Amino acid sequence: MLSLLAAGGAEAFSAFAPSLSAPKSLRLRQESVTMSSNDNPMSRRAAVVVTAGLLGSFLAPKESKAEGAFSLPALPYDYKSLEPYIDEETMKLHHDKHFNAYLTNLNKALEGKPAAKLTDIQKEAIKAGPAIRNNGGGYYNHALFFKEMGPAANSGKPSAALQKAIDASFGSMDKMKEEFNAAAAKRFGSGWAWLGVTPEGKLAITSTPNQDNPLMEGCEGQKMIPVLGLDVWEHAYYLKYQNRRPEYITNWWSVVNWEAVSNNYEKFAAKGIPVEVV
Amino acid sequence: MFRQGNKLSTSISRLSTLASRAAGVRAKSTLPSLPYDFGALEPVVNSEIMTLHHGKHHATYVNNLNAALEKMSDAMAKQDYATMIALQGAIQFNGGGHLNHSIFWQNLCPVKDVVAPSEANPELAKAIEGQWGSLDNFKTEFNTKTAAIQGSGWGWLGYNKQSKKLEIATCANQDPLVMKGLVPLLGIDVWEHAYYLQYKNARPEYLKQIWQVVNWKDVAARYEAAKKA
Repeated sequence: MLSLLAAGGAEAFSAFAPSLSAPKSLRLRQESVTMSSNDNPMSRRAAVVVTAGLLGSFLAPKESKAEGAFSLPALPYDYKSLEPYIDEETMKLHHDKHFNAYLTNLNKALEGKPAAKLTDIQKEAIKAGPAIRNNGGGYYNHALFFKEMGPAANSGKPSAALQKAIDASFGSMDKMKEEFNAAAAKRFGSGWAWLGVTPEGKLAITSTPNQDNPLMEGCEGQKMIPVLGLDVWEHAYYLKYQNRRPEYITNWWSVVNWEAVSNNYEKFAAKGIPVEVV
Repeated sequence: MFRQGNKLSTSISRLSTLASRAAGVRAKSTLPSLPYDFGALEPVVNSEIMTLHHGKHHATYVNNLNAALEKMSDAMAKQDYATMIALQGAIQFNGGGHLNHSIFWQNLCPVKDVVAPSEANPELAKAIEGQWGSLDNFKTEFNTKTAAIQGSGWGWLGYNKQSKKLEIATCANQDPLVMKGLVPLLGIDVWEHAYYLQYKNARPEYLKQIWQVVNWKDVAARYEAAKKA
């Protein structure tokens, strides 16, 4: 690590922690420190080490795995807010038990490993083995899921840009939902259905097994940046819908928050960036 | 209400078999009756779960299997290999589901009818002890491996005809144990539908309790048959 820092200047710092997005004021301070030190390589190295240390202790970026690792994002609404489409008891179990278990197990699996962005973890998850694949995927997927939903009254509609993309790929919202619903119903066993942006920049639909998602290199189905996902594990719907998964799927659309989904699309996926969920 | 349902579903499946025979179409697979009432496995597995598990989930596998088999026989008649291959997934899912659940209902019995392996079949008890040291050790390993299944699947005690040994194995989704080259003796369903209404996310607790309704007589009968086959 020190030899990396000794390479000199701001480049060394960004090599050490590329994911840390230092606030602008701190970044300027770093540059002024390196510039004001005399051109002696030893004191330049010292300046970088000191600055990096200061910045490291300041920043606890939520995206990277820092000292405390990942944490459980609070539900953006009340457990009962998605009634009658998704029941309160399911929301409590789904968020506080299932989601939390993925988080706990992910942190355990990451112990002793270098800090990494959650979206980078997704990319390598299949190669990284079952613990990170299942729990890293589970943590990301559920973070996206709870954030993209909201009370039915606030469901709203897609932004103009998202609507345009839906129409371009599917013809209409209804046709998109038809294809999505079919993918969600057909997924055998546990898994997810996804709406996302392909590498060609178009919206498409796919599904993945268990806690895989399309960000993972080597995953089943169409490679894409998901903007909307539907959990079709039985725990997501069994208490209210039992075996009636198609009914759950149809009802779930009422609690999709189109503002959140449009944001996922415009700020991230349409730009080719995986959606940041924590 | 739930207790009467089993007799009703049996009658319905008998009627549909007769109807399809009358129509000149041979029914391919049928939903086997539960060997006991829906409430018979209480308090270990409640009657609501048994009603849905048998009457909806298993019934759906049977219906979907029959639909796939009908398409398969059309495709075979036309020598349409592409369609035959495309149907394999549906047959694996639904055929596997039908096989697995048919074994499962027999593998379980009311608490009052349960006997220990040593009473059911001393050979089987000896084989378990020989393999794992004790029945408890066997259950612990079985539960650990089965709880660890990601997503949906089954934990199995199987018989290896080559090595003539018992083995613990797990399968994903509805993959039948034959895919692992073992003869199924005892299967425990850990799809969430098998336990969620009663145990919620606590799969390990369900696995701890399920042993109270394992029908060792049935497991032993399968063991004997497997050894002879």
